[in-house]
Amino acid sequence: MKELSLHILDIAENSISASSSQITIAVLEDIVNDRLRICITDNGKGMSTEMAQKIMDPFVTSRTTRKVGLGIPLLKAAAEMCDGFLTIESQPGIGTKVTVEFQRSHIDRMPMGDLTTTILQLVVSNPQINFIFIYSVNELEYIFDDNLLKQELYDLSLTEPSILNYIKDQIETGYHEIHPEVEY
Amino acid sequence: MPTINSLDDLKRIREEALRKREVKSASGQKQIIVGMGTCGIAAGARDTMKAILDQIQTEGLTGISVTQTGCVGLCEMEPIIQVKIGDGEKVTYGKIDSEKAAKIIRDHVIGGVVVKEYSITL
Repeated sequence: MKELSLHILDIAENSISASSSQITIAVLEDIVNDRLRICITDNGKGMSTEMAQKIMDPFVTSRTTRKVGLGIPLLKAAAEMCDGFLTIESQPGIGTKVTVEFQRSHIDRMPMGDLTTTILQLVVSNPQINFIFIYSVNELEYIFDDNLLKQELYDLSLTEPSILNYIKDQIETGYHEIHPEVEY
Repeated sequence: MPTINSLDDLKRIREEALRKREVKSASGQKQIIVGMGTCGIAAGARDTMKAILDQIQTEGLTGISVTQTGCVGLCEMEPIIQVKIGDGEKVTYGKIDSEKAAKIIRDHVIGGVVVKEYSITL
């Protein structure tokens, strides 16, 4: 995967498989301290500390555990190459939080890519899950919470053209308002 | 500067969607399911789904719900999409890029004719 936004989609898919009803995706760009942090938090079924350690190892995971594939080890390696880290905090029955951090300006740091498409697709194709998207650049912050939207439009498909237009517009406008012009 | 969807906005969107939604035809709800496992994403499923959503928007196609699923166990055939029209059989398509997705929407989802050349058996 060539974009961080694809990895975000991949990790959120793990949260979906874990039967979460709420998933929070936070992308925090700290230009002053040159850090880029991504946190994906869910209230799914969680896992033991032992399991959380195991899924970071590609040789343990690849075939035996079906829920999590190669996604986590690949992203962990990418973060560590860029003076960063990846951690998983999880508790059975409570949920899971994946945190990944990079040196923002690191030459090997993958570009963010099409983050708004990732968020839009998660929101519209999982009508039963409440998504909260937090995007911040230094002290500026944009929050998109689809809870009210999903309550109000509960009996309609979110991929009706007019609804799709509305959600896409909301996410893109909010994101681009604070997204820095130049990524690096 | 949090943007919270206002209730008024949502009520308006709701009415607009209801107004534009075509009276459900005999064929019933059209469903497109995109495989979004790690394998699907790595093979380009996000682009495929983007193309599907873009087509729905630009052509104003109502009555289609697009959802997603995880890995269905045919990673080498990703991106995989499945189409189900009403109570009909679910048809699975493999190695679907943006262009093939457009053809499937035209011929199968709208036209009702299965695109045999792209279909695969699970």
